[in-house]
Amino acid sequence: MAEAMLEVVGLRAGYGPAEVLFGVSLKLARGEVAALMGRNGAGKSTTLKAIMGLVPPRAGRVRFAGREIAGLPAFRIARLGLGYVPEDRRIFTDLTVAENLEVGRHAARGNAAWTPERLFEIFPNLAAMRGRRAAAMSGGEQQMLAIARTLMGNPEAVLLDEPSEGLAPFILELMAEAVLSMKREGIAVLLSEQNFDFAAAVADRAYVIERGEIRYDGSMAALEADPALRAQHLTL
Amino acid sequence: MTLLIVENLNKNFGGVVAARDVSFSLAAGEMLAMIGPNGAGKSTSFNMVGGQLRPDSGRVMLEGQDITGLPPRAISRLGVGRSFQVAQTFLSMSVLENLQMALIAYAQRTRDMLARADALFRDEALELLDQLGMADAAARPMNTLAYGDVKRVELAIALAGKPRLLLMDEPTAGMAPGERAALMRLVAGIARRAAIGVLFTEHDMDAVFAHADRILVLVRGEIIAAGTPEEVRANPEVQRVYLGTSGLRAALRARAAAHG
Amino acid sequence: MSVEFSFLLVQALSGLASASSLFIIASGLTLVFGVTRIVNFAHGSFYMLGAYVAVTIVPWLLQIERSPTLFFIGVLISACVVGVLGVLMEILLLRRIYKVPELFQLLATFGVVLMVQDAVLHIWGPMDIAGPRAPGLRHGVMILDQRFPAYELFLICAGPVVLGLLWLLMHKTRFGILLRAATRDRDMVGALGVNQALLFTGTLFLGAFLAGLGGALQIPRVSASAQMDLSIITEAFVVTVIGGMGSIGGAFLAALLIGQLQAFGVLIFPKITLVLVFLLMALVLVVKPWGLLGRPEAAPASAMPEGIASPRRFRVFEKLLVALALLAAAMLPLFGDAYAVKVATEVLIFAIAAFSLNFLVGNGGIVSFGHAAYFGLGAYASGLLVTKLGMPMEPALIAAPLAGGFFAALFGFFIVRLQGIYLAMLTLAFAQIAYAVCFQWVEVTGGDNGIVGVWPSTWAASRIAYHYLVLAVAVLGIFALRHVIYAPFGASLRAARDSAPRAEAIGIDVRGHRWLGFTIAGAAAGLAGGLYAFSKGSIDPTLLGIPLSVDFLAMILLGGMQSVMGPVLGAAAFHSIKDVFMPLTDHWRFLLGASIIALVLIFPRGLGGAYASLRARFAGGAQ
Repeated sequence: MAEAMLEVVGLRAGYGPAEVLFGVSLKLARGEVAALMGRNGAGKSTTLKAIMGLVPPRAGRVRFAGREIAGLPAFRIARLGLGYVPEDRRIFTDLTVAENLEVGRHAARGNAAWTPERLFEIFPNLAAMRGRRAAAMSGGEQQMLAIARTLMGNPEAVLLDEPSEGLAPFILELMAEAVLSMKREGIAVLLSEQNFDFAAAVADRAYVIERGEIRYDGSMAALEADPALRAQHLTL
Repeated sequence: MTLLIVENLNKNFGGVVAARDVSFSLAAGEMLAMIGPNGAGKSTSFNMVGGQLRPDSGRVMLEGQDITGLPPRAISRLGVGRSFQVAQTFLSMSVLENLQMALIAYAQRTRDMLARADALFRDEALELLDQLGMADAAARPMNTLAYGDVKRVELAIALAGKPRLLLMDEPTAGMAPGERAALMRLVAGIARRAAIGVLFTEHDMDAVFAHADRILVLVRGEIIAAGTPEEVRANPEVQRVYLGTSGLRAALRARAAAHG
Repeated sequence: MSVEFSFLLVQALSGLASASSLFIIASGLTLVFGVTRIVNFAHGSFYMLGAYVAVTIVPWLLQIERSPTLFFIGVLISACVVGVLGVLMEILLLRRIYKVPELFQLLATFGVVLMVQDAVLHIWGPMDIAGPRAPGLRHGVMILDQRFPAYELFLICAGPVVLGLLWLLMHKTRFGILLRAATRDRDMVGALGVNQALLFTGTLFLGAFLAGLGGALQIPRVSASAQMDLSIITEAFVVTVIGGMGSIGGAFLAALLIGQLQAFGVLIFPKITLVLVFLLMALVLVVKPWGLLGRPEAAPASAMPEGIASPRRFRVFEKLLVALALLAAAMLPLFGDAYAVKVATEVLIFAIAAFSLNFLVGNGGIVSFGHAAYFGLGAYASGLLVTKLGMPMEPALIAAPLAGGFFAALFGFFIVRLQGIYLAMLTLAFAQIAYAVCFQWVEVTGGDNGIVGVWPSTWAASRIAYHYLVLAVAVLGIFALRHVIYAPFGASLRAARDSAPRAEAIGIDVRGHRWLGFTIAGAAAGLAGGLYAFSKGSIDPTLLGIPLSVDFLAMILLGGMQSVMGPVLGAAAFHSIKDVFMPLTDHWRFLLGASIIALVLIFPRGLGGAYASLRARFAGGAQ
């Protein structure tokens, strides 16, 4: 495996008295797309939030781009080049599309800077609604805006929480293509996903999380090729 | 007689359908699970039965009595206990006091200003804790308990009202893996022994398939499948919802090929 | 007819002028709340500072040249100076209290109010300072047949101009866009790489700048005085609450409404304009609990509540302590002088009031910022019955808790529908209504001067006899209320505080219980007020004022909100300290403010908490 962009070891986290993660370990290589799969409530979102510093990690290490980031405030982690797109999108609904992008804007670290224009090439349907209030957008459009907003920070890696959730099939295709174009731009992506087909279409690597622990760690191709393995971890 | 009958519940939130014609019934002593992806409307349907939400239309009948739109406290007094997704207990009190509080409420003595609360219903409270294997923790402050134990105390509180129906919103969420099976076994045992009907939502499929007598599958506010665990597991529509949309990969490959 | 019309027009215009000023101030308050979620009591102090800085700078500038330009440059400089003070406050204080319970935030910012009041007196002296009039705007303009000051016309324009500039700032600059985004979801803004601390500092600059601007613009109309902070802050609270906290547009709308209500209310009900304003607020909150353009607050996550946990019974040692305290109170007249007896009597009275407040705050989680209202209403009930109807003390004393309880039930009916900061604001508003009535209804209440001659019956007329009467009533009252805390009703209030959904789910009528609790606490405060009226021999509106409400809060904070008997200790400590130090220093308020802030920051569990941890250590060492 190439040099790990992001490395998580023994991460534990939860909310108040509730514990959700019981020692999650995973790696994300530079330029790689990895899917973190599991059922509702398995701990996918919490894993991403804990990496991002939005839920304080209770134990474990998180290294990003050679730095220990566990315990840093979220804004510092974001500035180190780790982007985050939350599951519920958390678009600023009072703001227009262009303003949402402005909030995410951050100076580039080395590589070419993202601009709204370049983003509109990846998300063509956003281009026509620059001045529209985000509240008036469909779920799929909001999801794209959420990703575009994060890319405005010129991240080297992005945590993408359930990008396919609640999207119509044709939007799903656009979304999958967007993830693949991020990969082409050299951005590493760790996405949480319940939709196996979506994950299989975009990811190189797969993790399966169950009850706050990683149960499968291997290539996506292997998981895809082995229905028994898939059934064991992902079916009802 | 059927314990709970839910007929054609509908609920919209600002144009978004959270429940559409949700109908089901539940017998005494039966465990009925409600499953579905996030945002499928499980909590909405659940809260319409418990009184936290008022349905736009439809009826909820408890042992033949219409309880649609009653406030939670009235529904509680009619014999409906509930547990919450994030356990709701009285954090400033001890475990025993939590139970005493529930028993005081059940006895409708919450406006009593003369008695000493800590002297009321001690034995009954200890008995309930004993049933749930929590008697040793009676004196402990609630906020020092492990979350699994908090969930048990919450269950004990719900049982203090001698419910005929128990509503449990994700009973095992937030618990350590080892504790989950134990809690579900406990619930199932109590439900069968006391002939309490249990309606629960759950993400942990092991819990659902091990303990539910019947399962409802909700997607976008609608029940798309209902039946025994075997029937639901074999249902192709359910498979599709849980395993994703096939055809996406084919479409992507075709596009990739077209782009070169 | 034309006279009629032009008169009404001028009235409407002056309503617009005051709406404009009110909006400029309130927009800063609502902006700061939107981003930081802190209700900044000191916003009124910024307004006052704006006026004081302006009456200092502007005349000096006008000596160079009497030009309108220099006048407005002076106004802007004043606003900037105040903005910098806002930055200081954010860095030194607010940063440390973003995560503490809102009661502590309110108290800490009120501590700043007290400190600023004394600082202003120290720097500018006690006399009001009249400002220069604005060059070029000193004349009157004829509107139909009425003369209308040109400066008022200017103010009418200033509000919309500020609204427009704010709009531009919020929509056309990165800072403004970040502010709007943070108002909706500040954690997401952080996850996108924005440093919240800097954003908050910037917000405080802008908020304080607007308050300072509002104050500086007032100098041609009103003199700078050390009382202008509290009067403006309540009005600004009302505007932001009616408009919806965090909404600038809502603040504009609410300011317009209130401006007109005051302008025309004065014609119809000249005595009760203040009451009208607060009634409007109560009405809006009942119909739209989040204000006209506000958004619902997310329910707070369930956490260990700040307040009384399972109350413990007294052990032998504590029983001994109580017996000693009672003995001391009973023996005091034998060896203390008249002054000591007077102080002890007052301590006992305040102990009842503080205990009843903690019954609400500590036991019920209902943060009342206007508890003095019920204290004062009890005092007025007693005082008026004795002086106006010639009743003897005994029935008048019985009327005091009835009055306190009646008004607590009346106001509480609306108050217990709300939660958190909105609830606190409504308690404050109702207290101000009561204050306004007592202040403005001069024929009955004697207005500002109040009423003298509220004397006890002859058997209780001596200091010592009255001390024993108060001692008996206080012991009975406090122990009765304490018993309720231990009773199922008290436990139910704690249950509703810990988790309202759980309480409802086991069959408790949360709102009904909170209402009853509010009424009982109001009655107890009323009783204390009645006793106080007879001990002073007089009543006046300060008995219902915000400062007294804050004194009560400081007592329970000092004593420890989480302890049952702490408030009694807090009342004794607070009142004694006040009595000893107040005559010794000219800066009592400054000390008090600093102490409140220190309590919040380093000693939030008060004396009761200190005792509990000592006891725990002692118990641990003994094992």
